[in-house]
Amino acid sequence: MTGPARANVPRALRHVTFTIGLAITVLLVVTAALSLVYTPRDPLEMSIAGRLQGPSPGHLLGTDQFGRDLLSRIMTGAVTAIEVGLIAVGIGMGIGVGLGVLSGYFGGWLDEGFMRLMDAVLGFPAVLSALLLAAVFRPGLAVSMVAIGVAFLPVFARLTRASFLEFRDRDFVQAARALGAGDLELIASHIMPNTLPPLIVQATISFPVAILAEAALSYLGLGTQPPHPSWGLMLKESQSFLGANPWYAVFPGSAIAATVLGLNLLGDGLRDLLDPKLSG
Amino acid sequence: MRCYVGRRVAALAATLLLVSLLVFVVVRVLPGDPALVILGLEASPESVARVRQALGLDQPVAVQYFRWMARAVHGDLGRSIQYDVPVTSLVLSRLQVTLPLTLLAGAFMVLGAVPLGVLAARRHRRAADYVTMVLSQLGVAVPGFWAGLLLILLFSVRLGWVRAGGFDGWGQGVWPALKSLLLPALALGFFQFAVLARTTRSAVLEVLREEYVKTARAKGVAERGVLFHHALRNAMIPVLTVAGIQIGQLMAGSIILESVFYLPGLGRLALGAISARDLPVVQGVVLFVASVIVMINVAVDILYGVLDPRIRYE
Repeated sequence: MTGPARANVPRALRHVTFTIGLAITVLLVVTAALSLVYTPRDPLEMSIAGRLQGPSPGHLLGTDQFGRDLLSRIMTGAVTAIEVGLIAVGIGMGIGVGLGVLSGYFGGWLDEGFMRLMDAVLGFPAVLSALLLAAVFRPGLAVSMVAIGVAFLPVFARLTRASFLEFRDRDFVQAARALGAGDLELIASHIMPNTLPPLIVQATISFPVAILAEAALSYLGLGTQPPHPSWGLMLKESQSFLGANPWYAVFPGSAIAATVLGLNLLGDGLRDLLDPKLSG
Repeated sequence: MRCYVGRRVAALAATLLLVSLLVFVVVRVLPGDPALVILGLEASPESVARVRQALGLDQPVAVQYFRWMARAVHGDLGRSIQYDVPVTSLVLSRLQVTLPLTLLAGAFMVLGAVPLGVLAARRHRRAADYVTMVLSQLGVAVPGFWAGLLLILLFSVRLGWVRAGGFDGWGQGVWPALKSLLLPALALGFFQFAVLARTTRSAVLEVLREEYVKTARAKGVAERGVLFHHALRNAMIPVLTVAGIQIGQLMAGSIILESVFYLPGLGRLALGAISARDLPVVQGVVLFVASVIVMINVAVDILYGVLDPRIRYE
């Protein structure tokens, strides 16, 4: 680690929002990793005799309508949440940044065309894309990942385009061009590194949005399919048993809220640390 | 100004054309034959051919698109396979639930968030500010459908004050209908309320730091006058634009809340159509909602230009 980077570590840890967000995020990642090797019970193991139990020493968070252990299912659901977050943000960022680079660097009709396309894509929040894709293909995790990723395209494309518009005519870029650098080198080595901080912040902000969207799509039956654990799907299943076991609706929802809160705090903290001008 | 509005309207036409193209491409061009989606994989070749002909799928793709588009422009979104009625009439009938739900949630959002955001800015780094920030952090972390379930658990299962869901229609009277929409609107508006409260707080804080506000204070204008006469006018520009965009988001969000509260709106129409493989209905609902969102976004752009002259000269 270099000198300035080492100096930034205590500064980051003194930032309360960042530290709380980081702690919750680390807890999420550790829970997901742990669930790959250990869960208190098999998350798919049914026990009709033990269905819809409240919290007890045997089942710390109770059981669902099939007697499956809620804690184990919530732990496994963390993997789904992280998986969807990473892939959906990856899709949105990968394609969005590509379109933004082409728009911002080359400008002209290409820019106009791509920006109109992004205006059109803005009309498709994840739930609408998922409805359309699920009607043509089968509803499932892949459909929800693509739908959420598509919804992220405009924000990444616009952010990248704005940075490229800002930097493409700067002196250091002109100097590199005068020294013989081609378009690819200018984009990759000179302009792109300057666009990274806002893109990293945006990716951090988009990650919890993806988790919320996946939960909502699974709730609607357009995302993760039974019997695989997903927090949204668990909430859907809990709705019929609100009177019998209210905890069934409380714990998966709390897992979503805590995760999203942690990631939001991390994003806010990161934004303050990387770009103090933006902090409100 | 006229030139600015003209440019935005021209861009809107192009964007709507792209919206229709995206919907069409997903349904007709991506792998998967709509006739097979409707009939199932075991359908006989004859029935597949019949449905393909009925839907115009035997025509070249470009011809299919322009015919579909021309009909959509005239308000014809096709015919529902499940209900055997025009999709447009289905959309309009379900809009009687989705639209009031969206507007009610929007009203909750604006009436709750704007005063709270202003209060938080006025009491910067004091109790009211911290309470607002905590509320807004919670609001963006709690999924609307979970908030809906918790509201049902409290007000319906525990207290028994309202029904857990359902909607008897406007024919039973305005109040019973509105009562059925209150909890869903509250759950739907909570997320956007949190976003708008944060936006309002930031906007007012920023304006309160401006030189002209300091000048007004130096001239002896009372704090109330500074806030309402000088600061809020400019602070409301970003707030109005964000609130406008959020109305479109609320409409999309209502699709989810309709499922929680068993409301017969556009969302449940589309979800039912997916189960029944009624592609024209899904296509019609998605095209309608996406077009409304795009139109709201452009209307907000125009409003922004009206309120802030700097925007229209850029």
